[in-house]
Amino acid sequence: MLFGRVHGTAVCTIKYPGLEGIKLLVVQPLNKKLEPVGELKVAADVVQAGIGDLCVMVRSREAALAMPEITFVPVDLALVGIVDELNVRPYSDFDTRLKPGSNKFT
Amino acid sequence: MILGKAIGTVVTTISHPHYDKRRLLVVQPLVGEADEDDPAFIAVDHAHAGIGDTVLVNREGNGARDVLNLEGGCIISVIVGIVDSVEICE
Repeated sequence: MLFGRVHGTAVCTIKYPGLEGIKLLVVQPLNKKLEPVGELKVAADVVQAGIGDLCVMVRSREAALAMPEITFVPVDLALVGIVDELNVRPYSDFDTRLKPGSNKFT
Repeated sequence: MILGKAIGTVVTTISHPHYDKRRLLVVQPLVGEADEDDPAFIAVDHAHAGIGDTVLVNREGNGARDVLNLEGGCIISVIVGIVDSVEICE
């Protein structure tokens, strides 16, 4: 599951059966610092997000499972939440390296 | 499953019904000393973890559905444990 920022909407008149009525949004995937990663992608929207919203997205088969009613649809990216508050500590606060030998965390 | 560090919290008021009343944490995977950083990701908390905890994360949809007892759930990553220590051969 990853972050994304909604950049626009995509409109399809002809869609795979089962996808009728599902809004498609153009999103930019983001990293933990909310910097863009990779290219723009199209995501199916089930939470009524709008342009500019920061969202939580889910990939792969689980994106299709997020669809209402019919879950066997060709969808591989879905918006599942709109972020209101985000609190990510700076990278320097944590040691994310595993050293040879014993690593104690508590 | 992977090891990671919980580095942040995410609050969503409008979310998919499968995410209702579930805590989301930002997890940074732990890597070896010489390895490059893996990108951080979002996971559903199922072990009452907090920021700074080292966590065990299941990153697979079927496992997540089993853990959360949620048939057809649209969740991939679930925190399933809090790690006390890790031993790595030298």
